[in-house]
Amino acid sequence: MKEAMLNVRGISKDFGGLKALNNVSFEVGEREVVGLIGPNGSGKTTLFEIINGFYLPSHGSVECCGQRITGLLPHEIARRGIGRTFQIVRLFPKLTVLENLLVAEQHLKGELLLHALLKLRHVEAEDRANKEKALKLLELVELGHKKNELAENLSYGQQKLLEIARALALEPRILLLDEPDAGLNPTIARKVFNVVKELKKEGKSVLMIEHDMETVMGLCDRVVVLDFGEKIAEGTPKEIQANEKVLEAYLGKVKK
Amino acid sequence: MIDLLGMWPYFLHLLIYIGIYAILGMSLNLITGYTGLLNLGHAAFWGIGAYTSVLLVLAGIPWLLALVASAVLAGLAGLLIGFPSLNLRGDYFAVATLGFGEIIRSILINWSEVTRGPLGIPGIPRPEVMGFVFESNEAFLALVLALAFLTYVFLRRLTRSSFGRVLRAIREDEIAAQALGKDVNKYKLTAMGIGAGFAGIAGGLFAHYITFIDPTSFVLNESVLMLLIVVLGGMGSLEGSLVGAVALVLLPEPLRLIGANSDITWLKTGFAQVRMAVYALVLLLVIIRLPQGLLGEGRNRK
Repeated sequence: MKEAMLNVRGISKDFGGLKALNNVSFEVGEREVVGLIGPNGSGKTTLFEIINGFYLPSHGSVECCGQRITGLLPHEIARRGIGRTFQIVRLFPKLTVLENLLVAEQHLKGELLLHALLKLRHVEAEDRANKEKALKLLELVELGHKKNELAENLSYGQQKLLEIARALALEPRILLLDEPDAGLNPTIARKVFNVVKELKKEGKSVLMIEHDMETVMGLCDRVVVLDFGEKIAEGTPKEIQANEKVLEAYLGKVKK
Repeated sequence: MIDLLGMWPYFLHLLIYIGIYAILGMSLNLITGYTGLLNLGHAAFWGIGAYTSVLLVLAGIPWLLALVASAVLAGLAGLLIGFPSLNLRGDYFAVATLGFGEIIRSILINWSEVTRGPLGIPGIPRPEVMGFVFESNEAFLALVLALAFLTYVFLRRLTRSSFGRVLRAIREDEIAAQALGKDVNKYKLTAMGIGAGFAGIAGGLFAHYITFIDPTSFVLNESVLMLLIVVLGGMGSLEGSLVGAVALVLLPEPLRLIGANSDITWLKTGFAQVRMAVYALVLLLVIIRLPQGLLGEGRNRK
């Protein structure tokens, strides 16, 4: 058994009378890419918000590398090594592409007030190193030539790619991707696919919400299926494709 | 026809005002233009600075020390209003600062044992630093410009650093900044504290220039003017705030000249009153024609 990077334990979430999630548990292991699928409204994004600390669960807890992160603030959870993208991109539109990545850098001395004012030499060295690192990430998503462009001027697909690169700049232990290829034309969607594949090769742990079964088959080691807030299945993509409960959830009950 | 040399004292006066409003504009820009917190109570920090400095100087404290106290106290006031308002977004934050401005105004009016209320405080001495008194307006202008320059250098360093980058990121998308591990509240509070602190310094200058203060100087109209300086000059551009201060201090002046020599009373006084209407008109024009401001971010950028 690989060490669990992310451990979701019995998560439930009620919004008033609505049970958005009911006792959901699963793990994401080291170097593992896990797909989270389910029909619209099944609770996938709600689960992401809970992992990230934007929502508190009604019951249950989430652990990252064996440490409980439930109850921490979103920025504290991010610092524990959980990076994410959003279903609808949330870039910093009026910052340049490069600046978008630089914001993600952690433990910057230049972000401390005094250091920022004194402009100390080690801060400048730090800036330079971070810039180089950011440029490498931009190359990965093929946006190096756009580095000085304002983020708002990128196409939607490029924005999605930039968001992934920005999450990577956080150097996360686990990356959460919320529908990384939704709404993209096939060419860009292919690019996103290749980027995630590259991450997989590098041994990153990824939890991704994904609708496209082909993408899931091509990328995921394991799949967790949600329906009406409950985990109805978990297994390899092959197993999931043949699972009757899953087919039912997506297509309706098949009469025999 | 017009005695330009004879008008030098008048220009001097305008230049001093420009310097003071430049400090106010730049400091508000840090809060509103860079961090995205719509602050409609900046005049309150200005007023806190002015009263602090005056009361301390009249109590025998050296001006320079009193100025530092002004900055610190106004900065603390910034934290005080910032802290409970951190979770308010956009318009709600603006309303909170608006209310704060009103609270400060009524304190200045009603705490008459200390502030002399609506009577104001007359006879404020000119600043004195190590025996030198900035008595002439020329000397005072030099002092104002020096402090405006220091403000500019300080805020430029701050906004160009990674610290400033995070402030702009928070303005653009708070949730995304949190998801990248940024303690958004800490940054917002720091921006509020520093911005308010510099407004306090502007207050400590203003009071010792006019040598008389009363609560009417530190009201909403002034906060709106400061905001206009920021918007006209460009959100997120310190240089823009400098240009904005020049433009908006000079803008209403020609209106004073119209009808100045006329016998018709309404022409004489009417145009002076029209000042706020002119500001409103400028604000409308800027928002419609120049939403980025004169030197705003995102313009002339490759």
